[in-house]
Amino acid sequence: MSSFSVTEPSNRSKWIAGFLVITYALITMIPLVWILLTGFKSPADAISYPPKVVFDPTLEGYVNLFTTRTRQTQEFLEANPPQNWADEIVRQYDMVIVGPSKFGERFMNSVIIGFGSTFLSIFLGTLAAYAFSRFKVPLKDDLLFFILSTRMMPPVAVAIPIFLMFRNLGLSDTHLGMILLYTGVNISLAVWLLKGFIDEIPREYEEAALIDGYTRFQAFYKVVLPQAATGIASTAIFCLIFAWNEYAFAVLLTSANAQTAPPFIPTIIGIGGLDWPAVAAGATIFLIPVMIFTILMRKHLLRGITFGAVRK
Amino acid sequence: MAQIVVKNVKKMFGDFTAVRESSFTIEDGEFFMLLGPSGCGKTTTLRMIAGLELPTSGEIYLDGEEISQRPPSERDIAFVFQMFALYPHMNVRKNISYPLISQGMPRAAVKAKVEEVAGILGIKDILDSPVGGLSGGDRQRVALGRAIVREPKAFMMDEPLGALDAEFREHMAEELRALHDRMGATTVYVTHDQLEAMQMGDKIVVMNNAVIEQFGTPQEIYDKPATMFVADFIGSPSMNFLPFQGKVAHGSETVRLNGHDEAVPTLLEGAEGDLVFGVRPEHVFLSDASAYRAKVLAAEYLGTTQIVTLQSPNGELKARIDARETLNPGETVGLKFRSSAVTLFENSTGRALRSALNDEVLSNG
Repeated sequence: MSSFSVTEPSNRSKWIAGFLVITYALITMIPLVWILLTGFKSPADAISYPPKVVFDPTLEGYVNLFTTRTRQTQEFLEANPPQNWADEIVRQYDMVIVGPSKFGERFMNSVIIGFGSTFLSIFLGTLAAYAFSRFKVPLKDDLLFFILSTRMMPPVAVAIPIFLMFRNLGLSDTHLGMILLYTGVNISLAVWLLKGFIDEIPREYEEAALIDGYTRFQAFYKVVLPQAATGIASTAIFCLIFAWNEYAFAVLLTSANAQTAPPFIPTIIGIGGLDWPAVAAGATIFLIPVMIFTILMRKHLLRGITFGAVRK
Repeated sequence: MAQIVVKNVKKMFGDFTAVRESSFTIEDGEFFMLLGPSGCGKTTTLRMIAGLELPTSGEIYLDGEEISQRPPSERDIAFVFQMFALYPHMNVRKNISYPLISQGMPRAAVKAKVEEVAGILGIKDILDSPVGGLSGGDRQRVALGRAIVREPKAFMMDEPLGALDAEFREHMAEELRALHDRMGATTVYVTHDQLEAMQMGDKIVVMNNAVIEQFGTPQEIYDKPATMFVADFIGSPSMNFLPFQGKVAHGSETVRLNGHDEAVPTLLEGAEGDLVFGVRPEHVFLSDASAYRAKVLAAEYLGTTQIVTLQSPNGELKARIDARETLNPGETVGLKFRSSAVTLFENSTGRALRSALNDEVLSNG
C-alpha cells in the first residue's frame, strides 16, 4: 500500500482512532467495573470514603443475596458450629442462614419473561414484517404508522389502563401477562426493524423457490429466514434488552408470583440495613445472561445495525 | 416438453396497463424470444407464463391445459432469473438439487441426477463450493443446472445473459443455444438485445408499450417489419425512414418520392397523406445514373463494409456499401433502392402497408 493511498488510513489516524475508542470504552465500563467490585466488598468497604479501590475481597454480598438469615443468641451459635464457608461469613454478624432468598426465583422469572417475550415478539414480528414487505396489505402505511405509534408515549402514560385491564383479565402478577405486555411493546420495534431487513432480501430468491416447487410458506422459512438471520438476531437483542431491564411495569404489575429481578434487587436494601454489596452482586448476576446473549449474537449485531450499508 | 398458448392475456397493476390483450403460440421445442425495450411488458408476460404474476384476464395453456391461475409450483416450468437468484446459504450441489428435493425424490436418485446435470454443464468440480465466490459464468451455469435438473415442460429465462460481461456473453449465448438444441425443450427467453434475439431465437415477439408489435421468425421480422417500431428496433443501423407526402393505390408498383418514381413491391392496399418509405441500409446502392441525389455527410469504416450517412431530399439516411468505394464528405451521389425490399408505412399509425412483400407475414401476425 503506497503512502499516498486515499482509502487506507494513515498510521497516525489509526493511532488516534484507537486511542479514542479505547478511552470511550474505558469510560463506559467504569460503572460496570464499579458494580463488579462492590459485589466483592464488605458493607463497610462499600460505603467508605474515599472509595476503596484496593480491598479484601469477600463473598459476603453474594451470600447475602442468595440467603435469608436470622440473628441468633450466643448460646445457639456456640451449640451449632458453622456448617460451611457461607455459614462462617454470616457468623461474624451473629447470624445463621435459614434458607435461600427469593433471588433465584425472581431471576428465573426474568429469564422466562424476558426470553419468552423476545421469542414471541420475533415470531410475530417476522411474520408481520414479511407480510408488510411482500404482500399488498390494505392501508399498509397507516397500519405501520399505527404499530409504531404505540412507542410514541412514555409507558407510564398507559400504566393505569393496563393495570386495570390486567386485573380484570386475571393477568396481574402472572408470567403470561408480563410476556404479553413486553411483546406488545416490543412488537413495533420488531416489525419495523425486520421489515427493513426483509425488504433488503431480493424477491427472486423466494420466486426461485416457488418455481422449484415450494409453497409460499416453505419459501419463507427455507429461503427468507436464513437470509434474515442477521436481522432477526439483532432485533432479538434489542427486544431482550428491553424486556430484561424493564422496571416500571414490573413494579406495578408483579409482586409475589411473577416479580422479575429489576424490582426485586432494590428490595434487598431493606433486609438488614443498606446492603450495597448484595445489591451489586444481584446486579452483576443480572447482567450475565444479556451479556452472554449479546456476545453470542455479536457478529450478527455488528452487521445488523449497519444493515443496508453493505450487502455481503 | 410442451406447446404454450397465450390467449388474450392482459395485466394491470392498479391503473397501469403492463400488458394489453396479447395472444401468441409457442410451439413445442421452440426457442422463443420476447424482445422489446425496457418497460414494454415482456418480463411481465414471462412472469405470467411462469405463474409469478397472475393475469388480470385471459388464458394461458400449457400442453392444452389452462394454467393461468395456478401457483408456479403446479406448472412444471423452470425459471432462470437475470441475477440468477442462487440460494446464497447453500452450496452449488444443494442449489441444483433443491427442486428435486421438493418433489420428494430419493437421495441417491437426486445425487445421480445432479452429477449428470453438472456433467452436461461442465461444473462437476465446483459442486461442493459455496455459490458466493463463483464467477458470473459459473453462477449462470448453476442457475441453468437448477432449471434443467427436473426436466420441466418449459424454461423461462429473464435476460439471463444481462449480468455477464460482453466478452463472456457471446460464449454463453452459444452454450445456451447448444443446450437447448440438445434438450429440445420449449424455451421462452426475454431480452432487450435485438442481436441476441436474432442470433438465438427460432421465433421472436417484439413488444412495445404493453402491446405486441410483431410475431414471427427473425427473418420475417427483419425483412418484413409490421410496424415502424419493429423496423427501427431491429437491425443496426436500423431501417431508413424517408417521409413523403403522397397517394398510393391498391395494385400500384411505384411511389413518387421527391418527383421520382421509385419501384416498390406491388401494394395490396391504398393510402394517402403522410407516408414513409422504409429501406434497410444494405438495400441502398450508389448509382451515378440515378436522378435521386444525396450528399455524403460521413462514412464509418467497418472492415468489409462501410456505413455512409447521406443527406437526401427526404431526410438523412444510411447506406451499407462495399468498403472499397471511396467517398468524400460533401460529395453528391445518386441513390438506388432495392425495390423488392422496400416497405411503406403510414406515418400516423406506424403501420406497414400491405404489399406483395409482406402480405403473408402480416396476415398471420
